[in-house]
Amino acid sequence: MQRFINNPDEVVEDTVKGFVKAHADIVRLGENPRVIVAKNAPVAGKVGVVTGGGSGHEPAFIGYTGRNMLDAVAVGELFSSPTAKSFHDAMREANGGEGVVCLYGNYAGDNMNVKMAVKLAAKEGIEIATVVANDDVCSAPPEEREKRRGVAGEIFMWKIGGAKAAAGAPLEEVRATAQKAIDNCRSIGVGLGPCTLPAVGHPNFRIEPGTMEVGIGHHGEPGLRVEALKTADEVAKDMCKIVLDDHGLPDGTEVAVLVSGLGATPLNELYILNDTIEREIRARGLKIYRTYVGNYFTSLEMVGATLTVMALDDELKALLDVEVRCTAVF
Amino acid sequence: MSEIAVRRLIEMFDAISSDIGAERDRLSELDGAIGDADHGITMAIGFSAVTSELARTDASSAELSSVMTAAASAFLNAVGASTGPLYATAFRRAAQALEGCDALDLGTCALLVQSIASGIRERGKGQRGDKTMLDVWLPAADAAAQAIAAGKPADAFWADVTAAAQNGANATRSMVATKGRAARLGERSLGHMDPGAASAVLIIGAMARTLR
Repeated sequence: MQRFINNPDEVVEDTVKGFVKAHADIVRLGENPRVIVAKNAPVAGKVGVVTGGGSGHEPAFIGYTGRNMLDAVAVGELFSSPTAKSFHDAMREANGGEGVVCLYGNYAGDNMNVKMAVKLAAKEGIEIATVVANDDVCSAPPEEREKRRGVAGEIFMWKIGGAKAAAGAPLEEVRATAQKAIDNCRSIGVGLGPCTLPAVGHPNFRIEPGTMEVGIGHHGEPGLRVEALKTADEVAKDMCKIVLDDHGLPDGTEVAVLVSGLGATPLNELYILNDTIEREIRARGLKIYRTYVGNYFTSLEMVGATLTVMALDDELKALLDVEVRCTAVF
Repeated sequence: MSEIAVRRLIEMFDAISSDIGAERDRLSELDGAIGDADHGITMAIGFSAVTSELARTDASSAELSSVMTAAASAFLNAVGASTGPLYATAFRRAAQALEGCDALDLGTCALLVQSIASGIRERGKGQRGDKTMLDVWLPAADAAAQAIAAGKPADAFWADVTAAAQNGANATRSMVATKGRAARLGERSLGHMDPGAASAVLIIGAMARTLR
């Protein structure tokens, strides 16, 4: 394992310290050092928007903190939900008096910690609404969509929720719009190589050379199937088929497309995938409104990529167009 | 009377923390097989936070209940993941159950095991057979209740409780996970002991050693 780390047990602390130093114009450290806060937060009279999640997914989650996006982010250990206290402290930092919406991913730990944090916030009179992302198609069949994990679609949920809040919408409208955004998202991941938690020292799952895991999760959760590695063209076609079959969008629907690397895949390969993805989506009769290609939501040094497709309407398009000021380019 | 009991309860947490610390890597290995390999680290962080907090406790003025409350807050504030809320809720329930108790007699020990089990069940909304820590805590709680009903002495009580815990953990090998991250593995989780069950055995073992 060749990594730029000091003490493996202090990876998250060191990450946060360096992040805040690099981006002091956009974010600040919260009173709780496991909370990152937008420099302009809390905004009086605006619904606060928060999320939180395990570390190791940078630029998610902290990189989406900033004006018109997330007001505060709770930071967990690597691949591990933040504490209820950190979620609670993020809610407090984001509270501008109009309530706070917590937009997070569907994982057992996050569900429990957010629930406890909501109770703590309610005791202080802060009204909290929540939306749980479940865009990962391969993590459960369509009839059990509520069991699906949240992955890169969360970025669209934050962007839409953040923009809606910035427009001055009340809490319930912000919640409903963020819910619509994630309901309109479907994602899939394909893994080509595993990742290692520094404190563990070796990968905790294997992807044999010459094979790929179709439907892999953001922490290496096994996917639909393991099969021989194919050309980028064939992989991109498979990804589109899985996402779009599940989506079932009517002809002419406008979509936003997000292709994210998982950490160790070079950017050029993401563009190679996108070349086919663009063709496949158009061939389905869909219109691409906007495409994002980059390392938006990673999994340490996992080799692989994810595809997220969000169906758009006029409201979502307008909110997607709102400019944001966060460290992750979006 | 209460001061001696409070000291024993704090010693119990010291023993749990040291056993979990010693087995940290094994727990992470177990988790690596079916989860994300952080269970040993997470549990070690949590119990070390509990022992640091309890080291500041004045045993002469504390009560059993307040020790459990302090343990719950320390664990919750140090640990995210699923284990943070699960054990924090467990210790809170134990604090409520031990309200007014000032001795760690067998009845109180049984109450402690039972309230931890019901706190975890309440927070995780799980049951036996889900391949979780409840497959250890629920049988241990049943064994404690039965040992009390049968009027067994301390040695037999703890022998029953620890045996039920170990059997419960072993049984998770033949279960398919339905909760937590391992649930995403479905049948691929077969054959592996649940890491949360393994750490629960360590906790109960340390409780037996210090409270016996």
